[in-house]
Amino acid sequence: MTRIRSVRSSLSRRFALLLGLSLLLALTVSCDAPMSTAVIKGSDNAAIWGPYNLIMWLAGIVFVVIMAITAIFTLMFRERPGREAQQIHGNTRLEVIWTMIPVAIVVAITVPTISTIQAQSAPPPADAMKVIAIGHQWWFEFQYPDLGISTANELHLPVDKPVHFELRSADVIHSFWVPQIAGKVDMVPGHTNFLTFTATEARPEPYLGQCAELCGFSHANMRFRVFVDAQSDFDSWSKSVAAKAVTPVSPLAKQGQEIFNRSACIGCHTVNGTAAQGKTAPDLSHVGARTTIAAGILVNNEANLTRWIHNSADVKPGSLMPPMAKSAGGALSDEEIKAVAAYLLELK
Amino acid sequence: MATIAGTLTQPASSGIWSWITTVDHKRIGALYGVTAFIFFMWGGFQALLIRTQLAVPHGVVIDAKLFNELFTMHALTMIFLAVMPLGASFTNYLLPLMVGARDVAFPRLNALSYWVFLFGGLLLTSSFFFGAPDGGWFNYAPLSSKQYSPGPGITFYAVGLLILGVSSLMAALNFATTIINMRAPGMTMMRLPVFVWMSLIISFLLILALPPLTVALLQLLFDREYGTHFFIASEGGDPILWQHLFWIFGHPEVYILILPAMGIVSEVIPVFSRKPLFGYPAIVFAGVAIAFLGWAVWSHHMFTTGMGAVPKTIFATNTMIIAIPTGVKIFNWLGTMYGGSLRLNTAMSFSIAFIALFTIGGISGVMHASPPVDMQHQDTYFVVAHIHYVLVGGAVTAIFSGIYYWFPKMTGRFLDERLGMLHFWLWFFGVNLTFFPMHYLGLLGMPRRIYTYDAGLGWGLWNMVETIGAYVLAASILVFVWNFFKAMSQPQTAPANPWDAATLEWATSSPPPEHDFDVVPVVRARDPLWHDRDHGIEPAQPTGEHIHVPPPSYYPILIAAGMTVMAMGPLSHLALTAIGAVIVVYGIWGWALEPTE
Repeated sequence: MTRIRSVRSSLSRRFALLLGLSLLLALTVSCDAPMSTAVIKGSDNAAIWGPYNLIMWLAGIVFVVIMAITAIFTLMFRERPGREAQQIHGNTRLEVIWTMIPVAIVVAITVPTISTIQAQSAPPPADAMKVIAIGHQWWFEFQYPDLGISTANELHLPVDKPVHFELRSADVIHSFWVPQIAGKVDMVPGHTNFLTFTATEARPEPYLGQCAELCGFSHANMRFRVFVDAQSDFDSWSKSVAAKAVTPVSPLAKQGQEIFNRSACIGCHTVNGTAAQGKTAPDLSHVGARTTIAAGILVNNEANLTRWIHNSADVKPGSLMPPMAKSAGGALSDEEIKAVAAYLLELK
Repeated sequence: MATIAGTLTQPASSGIWSWITTVDHKRIGALYGVTAFIFFMWGGFQALLIRTQLAVPHGVVIDAKLFNELFTMHALTMIFLAVMPLGASFTNYLLPLMVGARDVAFPRLNALSYWVFLFGGLLLTSSFFFGAPDGGWFNYAPLSSKQYSPGPGITFYAVGLLILGVSSLMAALNFATTIINMRAPGMTMMRLPVFVWMSLIISFLLILALPPLTVALLQLLFDREYGTHFFIASEGGDPILWQHLFWIFGHPEVYILILPAMGIVSEVIPVFSRKPLFGYPAIVFAGVAIAFLGWAVWSHHMFTTGMGAVPKTIFATNTMIIAIPTGVKIFNWLGTMYGGSLRLNTAMSFSIAFIALFTIGGISGVMHASPPVDMQHQDTYFVVAHIHYVLVGGAVTAIFSGIYYWFPKMTGRFLDERLGMLHFWLWFFGVNLTFFPMHYLGLLGMPRRIYTYDAGLGWGLWNMVETIGAYVLAASILVFVWNFFKAMSQPQTAPANPWDAATLEWATSSPPPEHDFDVVPVVRARDPLWHDRDHGIEPAQPTGEHIHVPPPSYYPILIAAGMTVMAMGPLSHLALTAIGAVIVVYGIWGWALEPTE
């Protein structure tokens, strides 16, 4: 019996040590990560963290109190020789008190929750820039109706300017989410959802976004990037996107354009000012200026473009773009794919 | 009920045929338990594969398609084939014993529930050979449509859940009828053991929650196979309709999974604290309140679908209110421990761990009840942490408590305490190691249901920790299985009431005779055995009357087989549905005309 008790108390000591260590670890780990919801870089995430902070603190307090009571009662009232259990059936006053404690907590978190819901659903400011974001299996299309431009997978926004998003889907349900800037809102076929936010910090490296609703095989590979620029940088970007696609210069790229225009590519892709006017796949008019391809999963370079055109499903399972390489069942030789890649890279 | 009649000679009580034709609630409870535990291990194996794939960035263990199938089937297996039927196993075995009855109200219907569950589970699991469902257990439209999911997986989902729903519905009607009509003399409603109260509440939840799911599944089946467009936006349907129907079922389903656990710990904690349950009426009414409020919160699963400020406000407020009765329950369990003399054996350790782990799941639940917060939590690992603290830390931990507690009653044998404590500590650390870091990953923006992720996002370390935790959990299950087989090889030495417990199932031998009680007990207080012990009341002696026990029947398994054949129709050829219907009608005919004496 004594031995069991000493084992038990050494176990509880070890447990306390472990608990202390993990608390320490929890305090030291950083929330600074590229997709961390705790890094606040947009007005919507700032609004969310109003009630979130309060709720987090209350949750922490309730957690510590209940865990402490459970642990203390377990140790304090464990069976000992001569201990008699008190035959208590209940206590109405206690029942009322511990009903009122959660009531008070619930009231405390409901009030700021409701005011934040109201703030988030307020109509957008009159000067807000409009963006239509459309989810596709498995990429994002971004249209700027005021500017008459559109792009894919890399969203550019001016800093400190309210942006009003219209969220739609072309096929299944997706969800639009840039954790540091805003909470997620679903893109539902047959519905139009709205989200308004202001990105509050311009920086050279992009903010990372990802589809947050299961949308098929490559849900994990449906990512996008948000570049928040100073207004002047944004203006020059939008001007460059509004321009017609450049005519290729290098002989290889010229050959690539010719192959592109006689291949299946133009059925789905648009290259502004050419025969390619397909609408079901990303607009490639300025694809060479993007930092990534394949919805944010590959760096945009010749090797990756070649790999992608060769057989996109190797990179992105389920990809709707058919394989282009002869070896994978398509119509293009390796040299031809190289030429097409060179062409796309010149489309700055 | 006819408890005294007939001079029926019972057929042989062993051999496979006796199990196939049994209508004894204890045997059906055992069948439920063993079957569900095998499914539990199968679901756990699926989880291990998932965790192995996610241990490091760019994992290459399984591909995207199999990953989607695995997380879908892991949820379906654990919810419908493991945790729900494990709860049903306890209810089957204990409910008649606890209310002082000789069986459930409809013994053959009880057998039918089990066989339908078994065949439905096997049908759903067999989908791995043909292409398993891969749209998540919530299976949102229009990803579930034929256009976006052309394989047979989603049809397996629809027919599998349809027949599993029939099984649960029959069981719920049976249990509710038993509790309402078959209580022993003196067993008033406010003397019912809390476990029985929770079973009654769950029965009503099932009776009310399964119809909307059935409607949704039939609409899905017709959309996929017979050209309707209930959920297809481009044809005038609405994918959001599916979400409403699914979650009107899906949220009460969470309470269907957790209320048996609350019932189990409400039995175990008083017995091993050596004192009565603190605030019995408060615990009962809190359970009723949770179930009632559970109907008014379903859209909190849909805060990001663009539902507008007013519904967000209403569903958020209703959801937060559920924290109040839940808190009351937790305080009452702690109140039961206060001033007690706690026997910290395996059963009690699991129950105390339940309080701690379930509280964590409850707290995180209140956090994303706030729609603005949920816009950051929804579909991230924070929610994965929440659901697993409720269902693994909560429901399954309590189920283990119940297994250690009632094992001597069910088998006449004791599980080994040293192995039990090893099982317990591995489990306790495993649960926290696996699921606690998920909160942190959610905060760091890791979405759920992704088969791969990039390095450099700060997710790698915690994913590795979780994977290690998952293997610790697997080890704890192996210890339990070892303990089970070790115990089953021992002689049956358990006395009728080894724990000095208070409820009626401990008034009869361990294991109980086929007719449960030689004499139907008389109940004089809420804790009948403690009352009789303290007042020196001896149990009544048998009078030698013949006791009627319902005869075995093979119609339940026949009808269940017929239903399964019917369900295969949409998967292959509708002729199968017609053949199955003939079998079912023949079975019902035979059932109706079968003598019950």
